Amino acid sequence: MRFRNDLLLVNPMNRFFRHLLLQAAALFALSVPAWANVNIQHWVAANGARVYFVESHVLPIIDLQVDFDAGAARDPAGRSGLAGMTQGMLDAAAGGLDEDALAEKFSDLGARLSGVADNDRAGLSLRTLSSARERDGALALLRTVLTRPEFPAAVLEREKARAIASLREADTKPDQIGSKAFARALYGDHPYGRSATVESVAAITRDDLLAHYRRHYVASRAVVSIVGDVTRQQAEAIALQLTGDLPAGEPLAPIPAVTMPKAVTERIAHPANQSHIFVGEPVTRRGDPDFFPLQVGNYILGGGGFVSRLTKEVREKRGYAYSVYSYFNPQREPGPFQIGLQTQRAQAADALKVVDETLAKFIADGPTDDELKAAKRNLVDGYSLRLDSNRKLLESLAVIGFYGLPLDWLSKFPERVEAVTAAQVKDAFRRRLSADHMVRVIVAGD
Amino acid sequence: MELRRFSRGFALCSALAALLAPISPARANPYETRLDNGLHVIVKEDHRAPVAMHMVWYRVGAIDEHDGTTGIAHLLEHMMFKGTKTLKPGEFNEIVARAGGNDNAFTSHDYTAYFQRVPAAALPKMIELEADRMRNLVISDDEFARELKVVMEERRLRTDDQPQSQLHEQLMATAFIAHPYRRPVIGWMNDLENMRPDDARDWYRRWYAPNNAYVVVVGDVDHKKVFEQVKKAYGHMKPVQLPVRKMTAEPVQTGERRITVKAPAELPQLAMTWKVPKLVDVSNDREPYALEVLAGILDGHAASRLPKALVRGSQVAVEVGAYYDATARGETTFMLGGTPAKGHSVAELEAALRAEVKRIADEGVSEAELERIKTLTVAAQVYKLDSTYVQAMEIGRMEASGYRWQDADLMLEKLKSVTAAEVQAVARKYFGSDTLTVAVLDPQPLDPNAKPRAKPAGLRH
Repeated sequence: MRFRNDLLLVNPMNRFFRHLLLQAAALFALSVPAWANVNIQHWVAANGARVYFVESHVLPIIDLQVDFDAGAARDPAGRSGLAGMTQGMLDAAAGGLDEDALAEKFSDLGARLSGVADNDRAGLSLRTLSSARERDGALALLRTVLTRPEFPAAVLEREKARAIASLREADTKPDQIGSKAFARALYGDHPYGRSATVESVAAITRDDLLAHYRRHYVASRAVVSIVGDVTRQQAEAIALQLTGDLPAGEPLAPIPAVTMPKAVTERIAHPANQSHIFVGEPVTRRGDPDFFPLQVGNYILGGGGFVSRLTKEVREKRGYAYSVYSYFNPQREPGPFQIGLQTQRAQAADALKVVDETLAKFIADGPTDDELKAAKRNLVDGYSLRLDSNRKLLESLAVIGFYGLPLDWLSKFPERVEAVTAAQVKDAFRRRLSADHMVRVIVAGD
Repeated sequence: MELRRFSRGFALCSALAALLAPISPARANPYETRLDNGLHVIVKEDHRAPVAMHMVWYRVGAIDEHDGTTGIAHLLEHMMFKGTKTLKPGEFNEIVARAGGNDNAFTSHDYTAYFQRVPAAALPKMIELEADRMRNLVISDDEFARELKVVMEERRLRTDDQPQSQLHEQLMATAFIAHPYRRPVIGWMNDLENMRPDDARDWYRRWYAPNNAYVVVVGDVDHKKVFEQVKKAYGHMKPVQLPVRKMTAEPVQTGERRITVKAPAELPQLAMTWKVPKLVDVSNDREPYALEVLAGILDGHAASRLPKALVRGSQVAVEVGAYYDATARGETTFMLGGTPAKGHSVAELEAALRAEVKRIADEGVSEAELERIKTLTVAAQVYKLDSTYVQAMEIGRMEASGYRWQDADLMLEKLKSVTAAEVQAVARKYFGSDTLTVAVLDPQPLDPNAKPRAKPAGLRH
């Protein structure tokens, strides 16, 4: 529970950071840094786990993450929420230790365990001190929760009740109502369009968890990302230690292809003071050849915080919104391009008109030369900011590893951004964003 | 902000102290100087990456506001991006972005701060920009009117459509009847509706001066060069006579206060707050450190007592929390709260939370729990070094809140020395009913077709 809400940011950068930096531009980030010998090492362990490693001994810290192809896209029909529940229950009991014992042991080592769960991925990440006692203790615990979870029935019932309470609460909140409706409108019955519901969570059984875990938490699809104070030799041993007890696993069918939606405007009544507006369509996969023109263009359109066109038109010129943004969120199958804003409900139609015009003009005309130059300076000159901590490096490594992106992708970042032309941005936006597929969701509009 | 803040943490335990040795450069780091006009400059060299975190902190926040113009500290913060005698509105952001950086600013009850995260080579330009807007801001009526609308949208987003924020806002407004923490940082909507450009100009003129500011730099810099750059940019400025800070002390609370907030929601929520002491004398106070440890034992890590007992154990709650921050310019409280699980009432949750405090008052805490808090805090001190932002925040917060950045180390030592008996003593002393304020969110069914509740007609002035 959070009590304090008294630290106010002038710009809602948390949202910007989450979407641009942590998701889309996790890839944006890495390159051959001028500042250090960041060298990404990659190998496949004997059991098939893919390992990505950056050795750095400056701080006595190890950050690591183990991901699997076990995200929400793998939820069976009628069981939405299973992937998240399975991931969340890994540390509910494991290797004969109950949840309290596990929590105490992690805490007594000063280690932090956290979960990773999105449409494509699910797994765990760990931050620990690199001193032998703490490191060895924390890794042994992580191995236990990854390879010997017990999924106790009583804890499952409790966690289902908590999840259902949280879902009912979410169903009263305009932003969350809108997010779910937007996903549904974009993807229909595709797994990316489904959200957990009270019914789907209520239907989840312990056998479902065991089946999901056994099928998806397997060595051949494990991606181990490690950053920090260990040697290559140690990293090799750690990767095997963490995943060595997992079964190899059977091949998985690919997740279904996305069917492009028809353009639609969905209005959802709600008594909020502000309308929550979502505009977008499915666009990009990881590894998309248009990645750089789209990302550079999006920086100009709505990703560049204070200096984007959307912020200038909607916020600076008209005072319509505190937060307005756009982003591409590439996933295994085409992830969304999304524009979002919140505005006093009486002016929702006016604000949406400004958004539509801004987007249409950008698609029609592309960026100006000066905008493109400014974007390049920010993205190229500022790329070291996105690599300046072990934590940020780990996030990037994990994306590269999971999606199997080529390693030189990183070293080529600056030259690829520099090579983007205004014509390429215009061309990519025109080809990839179509009015025929543009979905709008408005919650609490007048 | 994070619910638990142990960022200042404890001193390093012996076993872990060695870990830090190789990365703690000379004891002189951070480096500090003060210009003749009163400007404090603190530079922490961190050469891991060619980046610099540049922050300018002002010791002025919502605590310094008056009724009728609540929210002006935050609104002025927004106006600081709207141009100076030599920069057009928005040009500040353009320059930062073209330098490869990003920037933002924040306002709390206690302080207002501005920061840029940039490639280290761009730092001198950032110093010039901040110095420029410390003295040369231009607040046009037109820009003011538009930015005011943005801030009103911000209030709708953060507070008016967020039941939990309303609960917090009204809890504070009830717990404090005289002390300025009763006012929300973003301001009451009616005050925003009546705000005038001159309110912002007055605020700027009174508080934005070198003798009320702290420049904090963490990153790949040479502190001597930074000192020179700061001196060049700010050295010509004259100090101003700062207004007398008349902070109304809260009268002693002599009885329990209870309020209900109704808002569209599914689940009820409970928030309780007790008046407790803050840290005044870093060397000789004891109770604030004991309260910090108490908060850490109750909440803030996976094995802490409240989630273990009430979420996982009795399952009275789906969510619980505790919050205490010893450092503040104003008066402090200790908060407990949560959301009851289905089939349990707010009253049951309140009783259960109070029983957990009483259990500590009666039985004390274990050495293992004390040790765990210290271990986690030592680890947090190491993890902090992975982020220039966190390091700069710690320095700036200490200074702008009325402490010194050097106090952080002393506070670590003091926290480390807290005993089980001291934790038990504060649990006994401060959690009676007479200094307690309770706020309950009473969830209302959502009528999708209802319009927002009418606000009272604004009184223009």
